[in-house]
Amino acid sequence: MSLADASRSARRLRWMEMSALAGVLTHDVALFRRHWPSTTFSAVVEPTIYLLAFGFGFGSLVGAVAGYDYIDFLGTGVVATAVLFTSAFAGMFQTFIRRIYQRTYDAMLAAPVDPHELVTGEALWIAAKSGVYGCAPLLVAVGFGLDPAVGMLLVPLISFVTGFGFGLFGIWMSAISPSIDSFNYIISAVITPLFLVAGTFFPIDNLPAFAQYASQLNPLYHCVELVRHAVFGLRSADLWHLAALLIFALLMWLLAVSRMRARLIS
Amino acid sequence: MHTAIAIKGAVKRYKAVTAVDGLDLEVPNGICLGLLGPNGAGKSTTMRLLTGQTHADEGTIEVLGFRVPAESKQARALMGVVPQLDNLDAELTVRENLKVFARLYRVPASGRRDAVDRALRRAQLTERAAEKTENLSGGMRRRLLIARGLVHQPRLVLLDEPTVGLDPQVRQELWALIDQLRSEGVTTLMSTHYIEEAERLADDVAVMSDGRVVARGSPATLIGAHAGRTATEYYGPPPQLAKIERHAQAAGMPTRRTGPSVSVLRAEEMPPSLADVLGEGVHRATNLEDVFVTLTGEEVA
Repeated sequence: MSLADASRSARRLRWMEMSALAGVLTHDVALFRRHWPSTTFSAVVEPTIYLLAFGFGFGSLVGAVAGYDYIDFLGTGVVATAVLFTSAFAGMFQTFIRRIYQRTYDAMLAAPVDPHELVTGEALWIAAKSGVYGCAPLLVAVGFGLDPAVGMLLVPLISFVTGFGFGLFGIWMSAISPSIDSFNYIISAVITPLFLVAGTFFPIDNLPAFAQYASQLNPLYHCVELVRHAVFGLRSADLWHLAALLIFALLMWLLAVSRMRARLIS
Repeated sequence: MHTAIAIKGAVKRYKAVTAVDGLDLEVPNGICLGLLGPNGAGKSTTMRLLTGQTHADEGTIEVLGFRVPAESKQARALMGVVPQLDNLDAELTVRENLKVFARLYRVPASGRRDAVDRALRRAQLTERAAEKTENLSGGMRRRLLIARGLVHQPRLVLLDEPTVGLDPQVRQELWALIDQLRSEGVTTLMSTHYIEEAERLADDVAVMSDGRVVARGSPATLIGAHAGRTATEYYGPPPQLAKIERHAQAAGMPTRRTGPSVSVLRAEEMPPSLADVLGEGVHRATNLEDVFVTLTGEEVA
């Protein structure tokens, strides 16, 4: 390739370059090949524990919830919990460690990669993992007696979209947190309430009115509803749930990119 | 296009600190320019300005014909960067580290394996390719860091303090690697605070102090212009050295402390009357260190 060719091809660089995303993903995949056993272990064991503890412990007290067998209600709800844990924690911890301790992002931004491509690549990988690991609770629940349904095939997609949003949420949090210790505030004050009041373990219909309105703002609630309906029958309201997840992802993308850019480019 | 880098009037402030303060720097294609300056002179900030990772508050920057930061992604595609701080991924293998950057640097799929193999050979790490990077020695990691910046055969390489903190033998190895780049005609901007490094590797040296370039030229030109041909070193107890400094400076002769002695620079121009007063000294050739100390006011560590 002559110099002139090199200059011309360099001029064609787009706003969102496939090579930049592919490079970020190559890095993630290479690391995942080292860590997949532990990641997979927790992704499968955690929902199993939830299903065992709540399913048998709590399920023996309540027969049916919101018209579902409790194990069916729970098995579909825990998908959202698995997605949240897979995505938000990866977004927070991994991104923070790579930016501050390993300086991986400094290295990448010296190559033809811009912050928005870096953030998008990282979020896509987190979303892909969420798409896969979001299915784990469902498979476990099938083992516990949940009937397989064609709609379950939509669950990876729902998990992907939700994981994309929460991965970006985690990246945003990593960029505004002064230290890794301050993640404790976010976990206790934001993530725990989000996953408890999402209709995962109990239906939100019984909550006070303000909490019901608030849960409309909880993206995880929309994920829970979508997954449950995908398994037991979709309805028109699910378009709103999907739209809510997409709006959440878009908003988080804007915030994550803007804060990460501010942190990485001085 | 004859100029690889053109910085005009660049200013970069970080709150109270002005790291780069009216920097002008031009690097023609095909040379190795040594950016020589003490710690805190603004060398690393200059490097970050060139990759668009820091944006200047004032001034203009062009790299390989692209305006930075507006077109910095295009410029970055054609240059390689070797940072001062090791930012390799320690958990990945040597090969994986190179593979990730071959992708980021847009090496086409058909040539990617060759590019990685070539980089491995350059870093003399072919046998260690499958090893985790955290198991490499400091010198090997630095070689890998350099090879990573060259994986896409860039036209311009930025080396930020390439041998800082390494022992002399490893430094020699890296110098051989950098020298090879020069012989291949790759334009190189190398920041360093090691005089010997600049003297050995750079075609041209820019001395940086307080965020700007205070002198520029080949090592020989700089030495001639700022330190003359020869220096005379005087030894003695501190009061005597202080007296020698006073006498020399009164006669307009530049001096510098060199450890336990005082060097009077431009000794070839010393008036005989002064030479009589100062007494017997040791003659030596001037060097880039004399220039560095004279211009930056910093002693060499």
